[in-house]
Amino acid sequence: MINPARPDNGGNIVLRSEGVWKSYDDGAITVLRGVSLEVRQGQTIALCGPSGCGKSTLLHLFGGLDTPDRGRVAVNGIEINRHRNLLRLLRHEVGFVFQLHNLIPDLTLAENCLIPTVAAGIDRHVAQARLRQLAERTGLSHRLDQKIQKLSGGERQRTALCRALMNRPKILLADEPTGSLDEHTSATVFELLLDLAKTEGVTLLMATHDRSLAERCVRLLEMRDGRIHERLSA
Amino acid sequence: MIFLRLIWTNLSRHRIRSLISVAGIAFSVAAMLTVVTILQGAIGMFSGILSNDSEIIVFERNVSDLFFSNVPANAVAEIASWPMVLHANPVLFGIVSSAGHPIVTCFGVTPEDARIRKADWLQGDRLAFAQHADDVVLGERAAEFLDATLNSHVQIGHSTFHVIGILKTANGFEDGGVFLPLGSAQTFFHKEGTSSVITIKLRNKEDAAAFKSLVKQRYGSLIALEDQEFTRSYSQFKILKATAWAVGGCGLLLGGFGVANTMIMSVFTRIREIAILRVNGFSNVQLAAMIFGESAIVSFFGALVGLSIGTCFLFALKLVPALHGYVDTTLQPVVLLIVIVLALFTGVAGAFYPAVYAMRVRAVEALRFE
Repeated sequence: MINPARPDNGGNIVLRSEGVWKSYDDGAITVLRGVSLEVRQGQTIALCGPSGCGKSTLLHLFGGLDTPDRGRVAVNGIEINRHRNLLRLLRHEVGFVFQLHNLIPDLTLAENCLIPTVAAGIDRHVAQARLRQLAERTGLSHRLDQKIQKLSGGERQRTALCRALMNRPKILLADEPTGSLDEHTSATVFELLLDLAKTEGVTLLMATHDRSLAERCVRLLEMRDGRIHERLSA
Repeated sequence: MIFLRLIWTNLSRHRIRSLISVAGIAFSVAAMLTVVTILQGAIGMFSGILSNDSEIIVFERNVSDLFFSNVPANAVAEIASWPMVLHANPVLFGIVSSAGHPIVTCFGVTPEDARIRKADWLQGDRLAFAQHADDVVLGERAAEFLDATLNSHVQIGHSTFHVIGILKTANGFEDGGVFLPLGSAQTFFHKEGTSSVITIKLRNKEDAAAFKSLVKQRYGSLIALEDQEFTRSYSQFKILKATAWAVGGCGLLLGGFGVANTMIMSVFTRIREIAILRVNGFSNVQLAAMIFGESAIVSFFGALVGLSIGTCFLFALKLVPALHGYVDTTLQPVVLLIVIVLALFTGVAGAFYPAVYAMRVRAVEALRFE
């Protein structure tokens, strides 16, 4: 089933998938069945659906972490199936936030956040300034030298958010970013996520089980049987 | 800085494992340094015997060992008479045995030989050498282990010799050797009328090429080589050197396996972390550099510790009285350099497979299933 995009929203198309199919175990499990989607710059979009419906897979495809069996995936108009494009994509175009924070436990908060800048070869002073800015925005300024083990769940997820935004990506791909947090912390982190996305001008594509959070996004996409069904959000 | 922190963090996370790898490289380096230095020293000493107050040696062509070389006496006489030659001294090498000492180096020399003329005679008179067929002069160390004094008699092989002198020399082989008059040595070794080599000193060093050419022209069965040429080309030296490097190389190979094992374990236990780095934009080159960096640090510290251990061991060897003069434990810069480079290369080579493995990690799978 081909799903329509939202052409009436203005802004450039930053994410596009055309007839994307993806299966695992040599085709035994098909998770995406011809998914087509267009996402415009600055939109906040929630992907909802039961476990295994293909939300994470679609995010991975947009982030260049996986390749489709069939169909095309493009970010900012550039197809990302080529390796050269992949590195640029991961360094400058997209940032990832996962359900598990995926931070390196032996490094400090600051060192974890600086990893993307090292990968991209960004000047140390520029990176430090950006870190201070994001740490302040996320309320982590006083924790910069702490090892990850000493941070709370919410702080870890905020750290992951900082890291994802360090290189000023245009797109933020968040895979159940509040899935491992309690209700209160979850709400706080989500507020921060939306706020940062708005102030940084980042397009947010977020997979979530939390319907109440999803409904606060501009677009709400329901995934079922490997296909996308769009619902109008509030 | 973060890159170095990542490398250091990975090593310090499993300190014992890293230290074992450092120890592996260290002992390999120490073994290689010790073996190579001792054998290089031995080769240097043997070369020193031949180059004692001479710059060219003449010996039988195509012999595998100088002990098997036979240079006829008439060649000695004729070569000595050539105008370009300042002196030509025949030397007969042999191995003799005495009670409790199965291998004693024996030098059959003439009174004109530098070993007799220029040595530091501790006892006896150099002018008395070769006055009688049963005369023998002992190196200081040989006198010690043969328990001989001036004018005593020592049993060498089946013969008894009269000790007419004890001399001191810096060369271990000579210091632990016995010196017989050339004629006596020829009789003793059943090599009448021959010597093993002729050591040549020219009036003018620039005549070396002409001298070698003349020897080739006059004596097809002999070959003349300058000392450095000889050291480079003598098959026994080649075998010794090759053995030393092979033994040392095997040690380093084992050290390299240690590093490989450490790095493989290190990579396998942090697949997720590698995936995180990849998601954050680390390229294959950056991942490989991180793995190689870790192994390079292990190798560097291993080499440093190994050099310290090896140097201490060589220093200790120098203090052993029984080895005095037999081993030249002077560290050669080129040997040091080669050992360090080999250690680093081995360590880095050991990280090759782990680095390739790390580069092949698929972030999406690692993050999904870890």
